[in-house]
Amino acid sequence: MNIAREHFRQPLGRTPFHERMVALTTSEHWATWNGYKVPRIVDKLSIEYFAVRSGCAVMDLTPMEKYRIEGRDARAYLDRLVVRDLAKLRPGRVTYVAWCNDEGKLIDDGTLFQLDESRYRLCSQHHQLDWLLMSARGFDVGITVETHDVAALAVQGPTSYSVLSEAGIACLGDLKPFDVTRSDCAGIPLTVSRTGYTGDLGYELWMEPGDAEAVWDAIFAVRGRYDVHAMGLNALEMVRIEAGFVMPGFDFNTAEATVRNDHDRSPYEVGLGWVVNLDKGHFCGRKALAAEKARPPRRRLTKLVVDGNRPVGEAFVYAGRNGKQVGEVRCTTWSPILKANLALADIEFINGKLPEPLWARFDYQRELKWHTAWAECHAQSKPFYVPAHRSLTPPARY
Amino acid sequence: MSGRDYDAIVIGAGHNGLTNAAFLAKAGLRVLVVEKNEYIGGATVSRELYDGWKYSNCSYVCSLFRPEIYNALDLGRHGLKVVPLTASMTFTQDGDYFGSYSEPNVRRRELMRHSPRDADAAVRFDADVMRWCRLIRGFLLRTPPDPGSLKPRDIFEFAYLLKKFHELSETQICEFIRFFTMSIAEYLENYFENETILAHYSGGSIIGTGLGVYSPGTAYVLLHHAMGDVDGNVGAWGFARGGMGAVSGAIASSFRALGGEIRTGADVEQILVAGRRATGVRLASGEEIRSGIVVSNLDARRTFTRIMDADDVPPALLERARKFKIRGSSGKLNIALDGMPTFPALPGGSPLTLGHMHFTDTLRRLERAYDDWKDDRWSADPYCDFLVPSQYDPTLAPPGKHMATVFVQYCPVEPEGGWTDEKRAAFGQTVIDQVAEYSPDFRDLILHAEIRTPRELEDEVGLTEGNIFQGELTFDQLLFNRPFPGYAQYRGPVRGMYMCGSSTHPGGGVMGAPGANAAREILRDLRRPDTTPAEYPDD
Repeated sequence: MNIAREHFRQPLGRTPFHERMVALTTSEHWATWNGYKVPRIVDKLSIEYFAVRSGCAVMDLTPMEKYRIEGRDARAYLDRLVVRDLAKLRPGRVTYVAWCNDEGKLIDDGTLFQLDESRYRLCSQHHQLDWLLMSARGFDVGITVETHDVAALAVQGPTSYSVLSEAGIACLGDLKPFDVTRSDCAGIPLTVSRTGYTGDLGYELWMEPGDAEAVWDAIFAVRGRYDVHAMGLNALEMVRIEAGFVMPGFDFNTAEATVRNDHDRSPYEVGLGWVVNLDKGHFCGRKALAAEKARPPRRRLTKLVVDGNRPVGEAFVYAGRNGKQVGEVRCTTWSPILKANLALADIEFINGKLPEPLWARFDYQRELKWHTAWAECHAQSKPFYVPAHRSLTPPARY
Repeated sequence: MSGRDYDAIVIGAGHNGLTNAAFLAKAGLRVLVVEKNEYIGGATVSRELYDGWKYSNCSYVCSLFRPEIYNALDLGRHGLKVVPLTASMTFTQDGDYFGSYSEPNVRRRELMRHSPRDADAAVRFDADVMRWCRLIRGFLLRTPPDPGSLKPRDIFEFAYLLKKFHELSETQICEFIRFFTMSIAEYLENYFENETILAHYSGGSIIGTGLGVYSPGTAYVLLHHAMGDVDGNVGAWGFARGGMGAVSGAIASSFRALGGEIRTGADVEQILVAGRRATGVRLASGEEIRSGIVVSNLDARRTFTRIMDADDVPPALLERARKFKIRGSSGKLNIALDGMPTFPALPGGSPLTLGHMHFTDTLRRLERAYDDWKDDRWSADPYCDFLVPSQYDPTLAPPGKHMATVFVQYCPVEPEGGWTDEKRAAFGQTVIDQVAEYSPDFRDLILHAEIRTPRELEDEVGLTEGNIFQGELTFDQLLFNRPFPGYAQYRGPVRGMYMCGSSTHPGGGVMGAPGANAAREILRDLRRPDTTPAEYPDD
C-alpha cells in the first residue's frame, strides 16, 4: 500500500464503495472504522435492521483487517497460532478462530479462510500484523496485510441468495455455511463465502478494489425486483447481539491493548470455550488455558434477556435486587424481532457458579429527568435468535 | 516569634520554590522568597532580550506540571493557560519525514507509511508505556518512604508502594524492572523496526541527561516525558501562553495573593545555623534575615557545598553532594525570526510545524552526538528539539514574526580550554546549520539569537553544570534515593532546613511536585494543616 505524505489532509480513508455509499446516505451519520469513514446509519436504522432480518442488506466490510497467510508452513503456523483445532479445515472452507497470548488472554478473534492448499486469509477486528509476525519465527510462511487491497461486501438477509443470484453470481445454491469459492459477478472475478456477522443467511464478497463499484452496481441493479438496502454499523450492532456474537475491544479488552492487570479476558471468560481445543497439540496460551479450565470459572460474558422495555444502556448487574454487585453490561440492544432487551454482561461467578437471580440496575431518561430502574435478567446459553433459514442449502428462493 | 523576620524563607524563585512558598503561605505562614536574579522563575522564565520578542529562555514546553497544584493554587485565575501541542516530527536525510500526529487515524497511517508492522506494534507500545505511566504517576505527589524506617508513616508509604506493584502481574513486574534499567534504544527495539521511528521516539529519553540512546537507564527518561498530561491527555505537551515565565508568574501571583513576599536581587550566601537548627540566611550584601524554616530550591550539590557551612553538613552527606550525578549536557537557542521558516519536505499546510521538530533520523546519529559530548565537544550533528510557539501564542513575537526555541543535546559543561564567546557562537552556528539543512530560508530570517550553553545555565539560573533536571534521572538517584539515601523526605541535616528543588523526588521537569511535597513535610513538622493537594485518582 502506497501512502502519500499528504494523507493528513483527509484523516479518514475512503473505501472503494464510498462514493456509492455517499449516494445512498441520507442520514450523514458517519463513523470511523479502522481509519475509514463508514456509515453508522445510511438512511434509517429500522429499515436497515429489517433489511437483514426480512430482506437483503449490503454492508461495506472493507475496513476489516485482512491478512494473507501463505507458504509451506502456513497450516502448521496457524495451528500454533489459534486455539481451535484446524484439522477439519480444508480448501474452500472457513472457520471461526481466536488467538491468545502466553497468559491465555484473548488477543483477537476472526474468520480464517482456506483459499487453496497453502493460502489462507485471516480476518480480524484489530491490527494483528505485529503479533502475526512475532508468532511466525521458525515457520516458512509469508504474512501480508491485504486490508486495503481487497474490497469486501457483506450481503445478508433471507433474500440475499436470491438477490446475488439475480445479480449474476452463479453456483451460490451449492454453497454451504462456511464455504468459500471463486466465482464471478457479471464477468467480474470475485471470491464468495457464505459467512457473516448477522446470524442470518448471508454472504461475503471479496474483490479487487477496482471492481468494487461494478459489483455494487450489479447488486443494486436488482432493486425493483428485490428490496436491497445499504446498511451501517448501528444495525449490525443490533443483529450481532441477537446472534450472540462477541466484539473484541468492546465486549472485552484485547490483551495487547490492555493497560490494567486482570482487565483482559480468556476465551473461556467470554464464552468462546467451545473454540478452544486443548488436545490438538501445542498452541500459544495452551498451558495457561489448561490451568484455567481445571479451576472453577471466575467469570463469564453472559447472554442476558433483561425484563421490560426500558433502554438498558450502561448498567451494573447484581446478584439479586439490591444484592452484591457481580458484573457490568458490555453491550445491549432492543431486539425488534424478539421484542426483548438483550445484553452481554461480564459477570463474576460466585463459588464457580453463575449467581442467580441476576438483576440489572441502570439509569434512563424521560424528558431530561433521570430515573433508576431495576430489572431482572435471565441468562441464556444459546444465541438469542437463530432463524432456521440461515443454514438451509440451497437457501430458500424468494 | 521574637528574633524571627519570617516563618519561612525559600531560597530561589524557581517554579518549585514558588510552589513550596505558596503552600506554606496558604497554611498561614509568613513566607519570604529570596531570588538572586532581578527576575523570578529560575529555569521557568520568559525574558524579552530582543525588542518585541519574548523567549522562554530555559524550559519551553509544559506537560508535567501537576494539575492538582494548578487547581489548588488557582493558577488559571492567576493567568496561566496551557495550550496543547498537537504534533511532533523527525526529518529524514532523504528528504522525507516521520510525523507523530495527534489525530489517531492520521498517526496510525503515518506509522504505516513507514512500517505497517510498527503501526500495529504501536498499540502494544502505547499500552505498555501507559501502564508504567499510571504506576509512576501515583507517586508524584507523595513523599517517598524511607525503606529502612519503622515509623508508621514510612511503613504505610512503603505498603502503598508495594500495593501499587502488587497491581501488576508477575511478568509486568519483571518488565518494569527491565524498563528502569534498559537503554531507550533497546527498549524501543522490542516494538519497532523502522530506523526513523526508533530515532523519533528515543529523542525524549536523552533530553537533559549525560547519557546516550544506548546507555542503560535512558528508557525511564522516556516515562519522564510521557507521564505528564494536558487535560487528561496523558503524554501530551503544551505551550504556556506567554512562555514558561507565565507558569512561574502565575505561581508568584498566587503566592503574593496569599500574603507572600518575594525579594529579587537577593543572593543567599549562607544558610545560618545555630545549635543544629536553621536560623535564617545571610545575603551576599551581608544582610541577615531570620527564620526558623529555611528551604532551598537550589540543586542538592549547590545547597550543601555552596550555601551551607561544611560544619553544618555531616561529612558523608557532603561527600554525596560532591559526587551527586548532575552533569550538564544541554544547550538552548532562542531565536527571533522575521517570518515563519519553510520546510520544503513538508506539504503546505502540514500541522507538523505546530509541534516538536527533530532532525536526527537514526539511532546511530544520536549515539554519535553523545560520543562528541563524552569527549567534551558539542555534538557536530546534535539532537535538536525545534519549536515555533509563536504560531499559537501572539504574546511572543509581533504579528507575522516568529520566535523559535531550539533545545540542543549535547553541549559540554566545558569544552577543551573552557567556554569563550567565540566557541559559544560556533556552537550556535552548528545548530543553525542543522536546521538550515531542512529549511533553506531559516538563516536569513534570523534577527537575533540567544545562545545558551551549560555555562550560561549555571551562571544565570544557578543550575550546577547547567543540568536541567537538577541531577540525573537515573534509578540510583530516584524515589527514596533522590537526592541521596536518607535525605529523600525533603529534610536537610539540621532542623528547620529543607530542600524543595528538582534534586528531590520526583525530579526534574516543570512539575511543581517537589515544591508541594516539601511543603507537606514542613507543615507536618510544624503540626500545621496540610495545604497541599492529594493526587487525583488514576484508576
